[in-house]
Amino acid sequence: MGLEEFKGVYVFAQQVDNVLDGVAFELLGKGKDLAKDLNTDVTAVLIGSGVKDLADQLAVYGADKVIVVDDPELKEYRTEPYAHALASVINKYKPEIMLVGATAIGRDLGPTVSARVKTGLTADCTVLEIGDFPLNAAPDQEQLHNQLLMTRPAFGGNTIATIACPYNRPQMATVRPGVMQKIAPIEGAKANIEEFNPGFTPDSRYVEILNVVKAVKNTANIMEAKVLVSGGRGVGSKENFKLLDELAEVLGGTVSCSRAVVENGWQPQDLQVGQTGKTVRPQIYFAIGISGAIQHVAGMEDSDLIVAINKDEDAPIFDVADYGLVGDLNKIVPALTAALKSEMGK
Amino acid sequence: MKIVVCIKQVPDTKGGVKFNPDGTLDRAAMLTIMNPDDKAGLEAALRLKEQYGAEVTVITMGLPKADEVLREAMAMGADKGILVTDRVLGGADTWATSTTIAGAIRNLEYDLIITGRQAIDGDTAQVGPQIAEHLGLPVISYAQDIKIEGDSVIVQRQYEDRYHELKAKMPCLITALSELNEPRYMTPGGIFEAYDSEVTVWGRADLKDVDDSDLGLKGSPTKIAKASDKVRKGAGEKVNLDTDESVAYLIGKFKEKHII
Repeated sequence: MGLEEFKGVYVFAQQVDNVLDGVAFELLGKGKDLAKDLNTDVTAVLIGSGVKDLADQLAVYGADKVIVVDDPELKEYRTEPYAHALASVINKYKPEIMLVGATAIGRDLGPTVSARVKTGLTADCTVLEIGDFPLNAAPDQEQLHNQLLMTRPAFGGNTIATIACPYNRPQMATVRPGVMQKIAPIEGAKANIEEFNPGFTPDSRYVEILNVVKAVKNTANIMEAKVLVSGGRGVGSKENFKLLDELAEVLGGTVSCSRAVVENGWQPQDLQVGQTGKTVRPQIYFAIGISGAIQHVAGMEDSDLIVAINKDEDAPIFDVADYGLVGDLNKIVPALTAALKSEMGK
Repeated sequence: MKIVVCIKQVPDTKGGVKFNPDGTLDRAAMLTIMNPDDKAGLEAALRLKEQYGAEVTVITMGLPKADEVLREAMAMGADKGILVTDRVLGGADTWATSTTIAGAIRNLEYDLIITGRQAIDGDTAQVGPQIAEHLGLPVISYAQDIKIEGDSVIVQRQYEDRYHELKAKMPCLITALSELNEPRYMTPGGIFEAYDSEVTVWGRADLKDVDDSDLGLKGSPTKIAKASDKVRKGAGEKVNLDTDESVAYLIGKFKEKHII
């Protein structure tokens, strides 16, 4: 079958406990851009049990159509039957692009589905655009237009690669949460729903869930924070993090940290930014007493605005900071907190 | 019980990265280590071997020098090593890689396959689940804890805000997180033995039920359009003033940017 028969941009609308994940809306936002360039529309694929009521929310964030696969077998996420559900949707509807959030679920589901429908999958994309492959016309190779170009970091953030999937469909990508923009909500939008059930027959690949244990969340999600006040070894002690807590509070932000801080037991691992921690891109990132090792920088350099405070004026963190203050964090941070308080109280 | 552990020799990303002209990685030019998640998978297999008795086979795909990582695994306690190496396998993406490894594993008897969650060079987390798909096995990714109960494995699988305790009938495939355990060191005796023992080397002809069109760079659905060193954002302004002036400077900038 010809590749041209594959049409439309499809988005996997992840839900857990019948609550849609924010990444579903972000993918719809990006999907709309891509669909516009391709002169096609955006379809959300909603998979679960008793999830039909969620479809309107997807319309509000831009879904032109919602395919609902609703079955009691789909209550809790399991690789199988979710992979069967999504692969069946792909085989029936033949999308040209299939986007999945690079969440723990998406990074499990995506590879299985891509292998099943025999196509490529590009992981953890940060940029998606429509363009030509190869990028530049070459005499010995036909240049294909309207291809999905998927850009992702690799090698711990040391390199950037742009990948195409020119000869297989759909072109599949998982996309990092927090990177794409959702559209302004279209209030009152109603979903154009199409129900589809490929049939689910449990076999040995349906693993048995013995127990579901929900973690008690006692730490903030630093990937969603608009302002991060991040501390490194230079903060000196667990107790001294209270200076950062106070600054974060004034700005409605959240405290995060470098690897050294976790290793010293000053903060929990959930708050760690960097190659072995989380990738963050807040509107403002304060790097306080953080030297700026490449592994840390890889996790925060895409922040909109970076402020570094460090007593070592040669610290590499200053190479990525928009504003660098050389000096003693024990003096600057409390003074900054006080000044912000008074400014914002005006 | 027979356990197959898939391991990968990866460039130590701290040592910098070099490319071939076609945009694929120049693996021959870089320092290498055993991928950390794979090492945790191997450690998990060795613990199961100690607890329940098992034969542990490690398998890797790569250049001939990837033999080193098999010997390291054998020095830690793995029983057999298989190197899958062939020119026609070069430049493979995750689809072609998983097809190759599945083709090799079809020659083996196994109850359990363990892979690392992801390799530090590609960070894709795709090859493990894709091997399971090619072999028609249940997959449990992100394993935090592995136990054997009769003909089944009981695994804690972490995802989003929760973990599932899952039970899967063997044979199945599990992907391991480096947080799963603290891998052991090679023993001196193990090192001597490992360097004396034979590593099995397989090429294209040894892969079972695999089409040429699914292998190597040619068989990879994804193609690299462009690869480059990350262009880092340049340094902004840096001031070295006394505390009050520093704070006033930053407040001024925040006002300029309408942050406050």
